[in-house]
Order: sequence, then C-alpha cells, then structure tokens
Amino acid sequence: MAKKKRETIDLLFKLVFKATGLITIALLGGIFMMLVYNSVSFFIDVRPIDFFTGSQWDPESAKRKYSIAPLLVSTGLVALGSMMIAVPLGIFTAAFLSELAPRKVQAILKPVIEMLASIPSVAIGFLGIVLVGPAIANVFGIQNGLNGLNGSLLLAVMALPTIITISEDAINAVPKSHREASLALGASKWETLFKVTIPAATPGLIAAVMLGLGRALGETMTVLMATGNASMMPNGFLDSVRTITATIAIEMGEVPYQTTHYFALFAIAAVLFLITLSINLLGEHFVSRLRKFHA
Amino acid sequence: MIKKISNALNWILIGGSTLIVCLFLGVILFDIFSKGMSSLSWDFISQYPKNGMTTGGILPAILGTLWLTIITTIFAVPFGIACAVYLNEYAKPSFITTIIRASIRNLSGIPSIIYGLFGLALFVQAFHFGTSVLSAGLTLGLLSLPYIITTTEEALKRIPNSMREATLALGATQFETIKDVVLPKALPGILTGVILTLSRAAGETAPILFTGVAYYINGLTTSLNQEFMALPYHLYMLSTQHNAIEQVRPLAYGTAVVLILLVFTLNLIAFYIRFKQRTQD
Repeated sequence: MAKKKRETIDLLFKLVFKATGLITIALLGGIFMMLVYNSVSFFIDVRPIDFFTGSQWDPESAKRKYSIAPLLVSTGLVALGSMMIAVPLGIFTAAFLSELAPRKVQAILKPVIEMLASIPSVAIGFLGIVLVGPAIANVFGIQNGLNGLNGSLLLAVMALPTIITISEDAINAVPKSHREASLALGASKWETLFKVTIPAATPGLIAAVMLGLGRALGETMTVLMATGNASMMPNGFLDSVRTITATIAIEMGEVPYQTTHYFALFAIAAVLFLITLSINLLGEHFVSRLRKFHA
Repeated sequence: MIKKISNALNWILIGGSTLIVCLFLGVILFDIFSKGMSSLSWDFISQYPKNGMTTGGILPAILGTLWLTIITTIFAVPFGIACAVYLNEYAKPSFITTIIRASIRNLSGIPSIIYGLFGLALFVQAFHFGTSVLSAGLTLGLLSLPYIITTTEEALKRIPNSMREATLALGATQFETIKDVVLPKALPGILTGVILTLSRAAGETAPILFTGVAYYINGLTTSLNQEFMALPYHLYMLSTQHNAIEQVRPLAYGTAVVLILLVFTLNLIAFYIRFKQRTQD
C-alpha cells in the first residue's frame, strides 16, 4: 500500500478513537442534562419546598401530592438495613480470605463470590417473594413478609460481592511489615488482625462500603419485587416500603408523556442520581487515597 | 483459658461470616434448582406460552433475550474497544483524558433504572425508535459501555511496550500496530471482559422496562422495531403481575433456572478463556 494512503488511514482512525472517548463525556453530560431539563419542567409546576418537605407521594389522587420524603426515607431505610448486614459479613469474609484461608479454600471461595455477583437481580427478587417473604411472615407473626427487612436482606446479598472484593484488596494492600512488627512485639495473630491490619486498611474498607452502598441504593428489581411498595412514610423495617427506584419502575410505564407526573419521576431520578454520584465519588476518593498511601 | 475462648470466638466470628456468605449462594441455588428443574424440559424451552401463559414454554422470551444481547454486542463492543484503545494507546495525560476517565467511572455507578429513563428519552422519544427491541438493545449497550471500556483497557495494559516498539520500528503506523499486534494479543482478555459484561446485560431488567419489553407478544420478534419478550422480565411478570400467580409458580421457577443457567454458562466460558490465557503466559 502506498505510504500516503497508510498515513491517511492512520490519522483517520486516530480521530475515530478520539471521538469515542469524547462521546463518553457526552453520554454522561446527556444523562445529566436530561435529568436537569425534566426536573426544571417539574419544578415549574410544583414548588421545590413541597417536593422536599411534604410527607405524601400520591400523584394519582385528586390532591396530587408530590413529596419525595417517604420515598427517600424508604430508600435510606432499606439501604441502611442492607449495610448493617453486609458490612460486617463482607469485611470479616474478606479478612478470612486474605489472612487465614489456605490456598485451596481461597480457590473455592473466589468462584463462590463471583457466582454470587453474577446472579441476576430479578432472580434474587423472586426468592424474596417465594422464600424470604414467607419466612419473615412466619418469624415475626405478620401477614405479609414483603417489607423493608426483606429488601434489606436481599440487597445485602447483592452488595456483598462488591464489599468483599474491594475489602480484600484493601487488606491485601497493607504492607507485610506492619503485621511482622506487631507479631514481633508479642501480639497474637488475632490482635494483629483486629488492631493492626484492619485499622490500617480503613480507607479501603470505607471505599468498599461506599461502593456497596451505591449498588444497594440504585438497585431496582429486588426492591420492586420484595418490599411491598406501599408509598407511605415507613415506621420501621417491618413496614412495606417503596424506594425511589421502585417508584420510577412502577409509574413510568403508566404516565402520559410530558405531564407533571412524568416530570416528577425524572425529578426523583435526579435526586437518586446526585446521591449515588456523591457516594461513588466519595468511594473513589478513598480508593485513590489507598493507592497513593501504598504506592 | 480466656485466651482459648477468645481465640475460638474469633474463629467463629470470621469463619462464621464466611460460611454465611457461602450459605447465601447455597440457599439461592438450592431453592431455585430443586424447585425449578422439574419444570425444565425440551418443550419448555422450545414452545410458545399457552392458555394465558399458564402452560407451555418460554421460547419467545429466550429468543428476545438473544436478540437483545446481539444488538447490545454490535453497538457496545466496537465502541467500547475503540474508547479503550484511545485511552491506553493514544491519550496523553491531559485535562480531557482526566475528564474522560472520570466520566467512565461515574457512568458505571449510575443506577440501571436511570439508563432506562435515558433510553426512553433518547431512543424511544427523541430518535423515534419507539418501544422496540432496538431501543432496549441500545439502552443496554450504553449501560455495558463503561464495563467494556474498563476491562478492555486492563487487557491492553498487560501487553508489553516492547511489542509496540518493535512493530513501530519495523515501519508500521500506529494504527497498524494496534490492529495487527496489540489487539490480537489482547484478544483473550478483551473477550473475557466482553462476555462477563454481556452476561450482566442479559440479566438486567430495569433498563428495558420502558424501552420495549412486552408482557406478551403474539409469535416471535422478527424485526428491530417490534416489542419483545425477555427472560428476566418474564420472570418478574410471572412472579408479580400474572393473574394466577400461584398457578404459574412452576413456570416462574423454570424461567429462573434457564436465566441462571444462561448467565453461569457465559461466566464459565469467560473463566475458561481467562484460565487458558493464564496457563499460556
């Protein structure tokens, strides 16, 4: 091939590759603009103060209440519950994997965690209906087991692989000399683990929790299927709750195009976007601190 | 004595946590497979739903998921690989590069339902594709992009610089180096990432809810602008929306088994490629 032609092709593809990079920025920008544009249309109809401070989400009734508060509390409740279960389990499992498990056990555990991560969320939600729901109803003597506790349990299962993988990296990244110093001072294996290794890994562990939390907050199908979806202010884990994601999933299919209700769903999506974005950024911040610290 | 007790307690705490995590997977797989295997048969995967979906098979849902995955692949894989090539082979540390990387990281953290809204606004409404298998496939493609970019870049990073330099020194242009040396060498790694991403996309439900998935369609999806049935949505529908939920429970379990088997098969293929590559190196 002529040299000239080869050089033209080279230049052409360089531009194509660069364009794809720029399009990813446009994609994030596009999603952001879509949320902003539709939210602004919503706030022309509904005052922001009513949106954030009211206590009812009831767009179908004559009064048309658009308050994000019950949805936000529901989302927070379920995510908090899931973290209460997943954080200790995840960090201890990661400690076991990186500090105690023999090579053979590791070789079994890693695929277990990868398999757990690959199970589709809709299958986990299905188990919430057929397995966890009836079990909760039995244990607590209530009629319906589709509630916040159910959602928390399932979200914990979904967040665990993320938390375990990143925690394990964090614990592995603690320099060997820390452990050796502690052991040389006469500390036992356990004292070294709990008082030296885990504290030294804290920034990475926080990152793990943040990214797990981001996952739990944004999850749709499991909470949609397992939490009962009553759009009231929940009083506790045994109440039926309805998260932001579930509300969008239920109502978006039914609303007429470009009504206040339609825009309202984009407004709650924008709030969810900002929350997950800040949590992920915080997580990233701790990950990069970890890298700098151990580099 | 006290030391012994506290040692035992620590073992219980750490080992117990690990056991509970394993137990979660065990319970999930045991419940679904023990109750779902009996609904599985050749008819179940090769027949249309019958009698208001209370009997019959799930063929349209399987084919719908296949359609969807193919569209996702055609759109997201070339795009994702091109972007990873740019970041790893061309981009110099600069403001723009930092912004691109930050965008990709943030894109991977956006909840999947927001991708669904974006697909609705962009493909269904702005581009007038309507609720169709094309809109849904493109939406899943957007969702998959950041993962494909990240895993491809990891694969490209493992190619030693000496190979690039040798090719360039022989007079090849940079594009020829990438096309004939870097990409073929990185192929197993790229393939692993792509397959894992596609297995994730095939199991997603939230992004396709408003972009084209249907409760039931008559016949099969035969063109890009038609609505479609999909395995994960079929499972959701059978377990929450159907008017005879208890009656269709065996079908729901069967669908769950097929969905999980599909995802696990894709994962196994990816692990096999990764394993082969590691033993070769």
